Amino acid sequence: MFGELSWDAIPFHEPIALITGLVVMAVVAAVLAWVTIKGWWAYLWNEWITSTDHKRIGIMYIVLALVMLVRGFADAIMMRAQQAMAIGASQGYLPPEHYNQIFSAHGTIMIFFMAMPIIIGIMNFVVPLQLGVRDVAFPTMNNVSFWLTASGALLINVSLLVGEFARTGWLGYPPLSEKAFSPGVGVDYYLVALQISGVGTVLTGVNFVTTILKTRAPGMSYMRMPVFCWTSLASNLLILAAFPVLTVTLGLLMLDRYLGFHFFTNDGGGNSMLYMNLIWVWGHPEVYILVLPAFGIYSEVVSTFSGKPLFGYRSMVFATLAICIISFCVWLHHFFTMGAGADVNAVFGIASMIIAVPTGVKIYNWLFTMFGGRVRFTVPMYWAIGFMLTFVIGGLTGVLLAIPPIDFVVHNSLFLVAHFHHVIIGGVVFAVMAGYTYWFPKAFGFTLDETLGKWIFWCWFIGFHLAFMPLYVLGLWGGTRRLQHISDPSWAPWLNVALLGAAIIGIGIVLTVVQLLYSIKTRDRRRDVTGDPWDGRTLEWLTLSPPPHYNFAVLPDVHGEEAYWTRKQTAIKEDRLIDEPDYKPIEMPINTPTGVICAFFASICGFAIIWHIWWLAIVGLIGAFAVLVWYAWRDEHEHIVPVEEVRANARERRRIRMEHLHTLSQST
Amino acid sequence: MTTEAAAIGLTHGGSEDTGLGHRGPESKSIVVPYGFWLFVLSDMVLFSALFATYASLAHATDGGPTSNQLFDRTLVAIETIALLLSSFVCGLAMIAAKRGNMIWTQGWLLLTGLLGFVFLSIELYEFAVMIAEGAGPQRSAFLSAFFTLVGCHGAHVTAGLLWIGTMMAQIWAKGFREDIMRRLLCLSVFWHALDIIWVAIFTIVYLIGTLP
Repeated sequence: MFGELSWDAIPFHEPIALITGLVVMAVVAAVLAWVTIKGWWAYLWNEWITSTDHKRIGIMYIVLALVMLVRGFADAIMMRAQQAMAIGASQGYLPPEHYNQIFSAHGTIMIFFMAMPIIIGIMNFVVPLQLGVRDVAFPTMNNVSFWLTASGALLINVSLLVGEFARTGWLGYPPLSEKAFSPGVGVDYYLVALQISGVGTVLTGVNFVTTILKTRAPGMSYMRMPVFCWTSLASNLLILAAFPVLTVTLGLLMLDRYLGFHFFTNDGGGNSMLYMNLIWVWGHPEVYILVLPAFGIYSEVVSTFSGKPLFGYRSMVFATLAICIISFCVWLHHFFTMGAGADVNAVFGIASMIIAVPTGVKIYNWLFTMFGGRVRFTVPMYWAIGFMLTFVIGGLTGVLLAIPPIDFVVHNSLFLVAHFHHVIIGGVVFAVMAGYTYWFPKAFGFTLDETLGKWIFWCWFIGFHLAFMPLYVLGLWGGTRRLQHISDPSWAPWLNVALLGAAIIGIGIVLTVVQLLYSIKTRDRRRDVTGDPWDGRTLEWLTLSPPPHYNFAVLPDVHGEEAYWTRKQTAIKEDRLIDEPDYKPIEMPINTPTGVICAFFASICGFAIIWHIWWLAIVGLIGAFAVLVWYAWRDEHEHIVPVEEVRANARERRRIRMEHLHTLSQST
Repeated sequence: MTTEAAAIGLTHGGSEDTGLGHRGPESKSIVVPYGFWLFVLSDMVLFSALFATYASLAHATDGGPTSNQLFDRTLVAIETIALLLSSFVCGLAMIAAKRGNMIWTQGWLLLTGLLGFVFLSIELYEFAVMIAEGAGPQRSAFLSAFFTLVGCHGAHVTAGLLWIGTMMAQIWAKGFREDIMRRLLCLSVFWHALDIIWVAIFTIVYLIGTLP
């Protein structure tokens, strides 16, 4: 009846896991109770859960990602504490089988359920606004994508209390992840959660490539798109080309585990190196799926706060697309030690170094944008400069690792761990924090507290370098990654510094929450009444903060590269806005519960597959299909925003803008 | 709105043709099939990963049966004819739908589905015979890869059959509405794409696999 699910699945004998699980359950229950008592369900259901508005969906992605950041960080600090404690005679507080689950969960959560949702969330919020359109190409599908991602995140966290998580690292290498060596449900949780969220990600890729290539404001030719849109396009093209490979790779491992196939097994002719190749054909582009939009965020931030157009816009676009293509030609550098031979390794080593060239071009472009500009040192700019310093170091250690003989020495060492945290935290996380601060006023109508923002930056910046610089040293000394116990006592000082660094990052995360609450409390002091708090250059600053759900009363007509900046300067010079257009009623997609119901069935089906409850899996599949047919059957897809409403809102916006621009006009 | 206003960028809603067709967002009849094409391309990437897997495991027979001993060209030829014919009939269904002819649209779609069903039945028969001979997917890495590649195509055909059935019901209930026609177009793109993949399977798996 319940497959392999029984009371043994609850970790009664592992107090740490049990207590964590119970605390999480209590927090979730408290939040649900709070929402019920306050009577917010109808509001949440109508305005958020079923919303097809790209801005709302973007915000939901970011909320999900921030919650997962806390979970992933909790794993990180547990690992650092364990390594600082378990030296010499001491065994620390985490038994090996639990420690292995923690580092696996940390990597999986941070990449798939923190970095991916937060980047996709920012793209969701920003891209349609920057393109000057009202929504993404497929608003309902966007909602479905979000909820499938949330479904994956849910399953990963269920593993905390029901069963166990994988002990195989964040990529689940076979043969260790095969049934013979990992008989429990941990790997199955990993596989099923990633398959469900992977479907959501592919749909996001379809959605954004279509949006960027087919729905832009009139006059916005390719070479007039903001760089963030270009990097988002490149990132989503990579999603389309890379994520299906992940689906196949994980699917083959599932066939091995569930049906006894022989893809990656030691017997039957299986070949585990095939898995390494396949997973990294996805995995390397994945790095750029994350970091290219991050580069886009820095481009917007640096240009805005330097008060200059981006230096070398075209070279930036070409560098982005070059990275997009070369990122598919370097996957083998993740396993030079496979033994493919000197020639093959040399080819991939050289390709890996070549990819540093367009990245270097970008760094110079940002520097030259700042050069000669009137740089305003706001919080996003702190992050951008912090990024340039950090990322260059991470990039240089990457070039070292791209040299096969060096890679043979530091392969799978703490040096590698330090390297990829350098580029992912220094590149992606810093960008996300910059973007969060930069676009927050657009989303909520008030800015975040500046002083706390700078504190958060310094916590991350100092904490990060303290946490990871020691790992380079230990890596060069031969420290391998994923050690539950350290036998050499002379490593202790370095590991203690690393723990201190992680704790300082922890303070930064706590301060982020404090900053959010404090900024909400004191929001009246920092209202963004003009819709353009940073003196921006791209179209999202043309509309109000927060924008109406249809974004623009009339799609803006684009002339020249910096659509909004040109228009703003003309208006200031002429001291008048453009002629009032002829307003028309606007057609907007209606809300739909399709996404959340689909994800509900997907979660049920996923859980059933993990525990081999086959009848329930079939029920889940039929349910999901029924929802799709029901959705396809409906006759109304859009509702009309009446012209009176559009006109009234637009006139109010024009009044505010005129006042603002008039002030600017007087002051120049 | 004056031309002077347009020259200094003070216009609204009109457009400046930049020569790349940037007249603003495209209509749904362009956007929806475009998005579906992108999905089909990502599906092609999925199959290319399976082809790569098959290619690297094709000789990993672990002492078990090889492709030469297993595959029957005649059976596969019939299978192929059924599928290619179904694609042709699907094209006829599209023509009938464009003319708004309910009977012929339903008829051709039904025939498309039936031919797809014939294809699927032959494939399942082939699978059943192989498994009965002890050449199931658990026998060797080569057979795992074979069953997965061909089976994944078969699963796509099954999904297509489900879609054809749903589509027939929808056309019957709703008529040739614009959104229904868009879906029908997507269905036919999907069905033809499965043909293209089958041609690759036929060549790489069956023809090359039965070379003497």
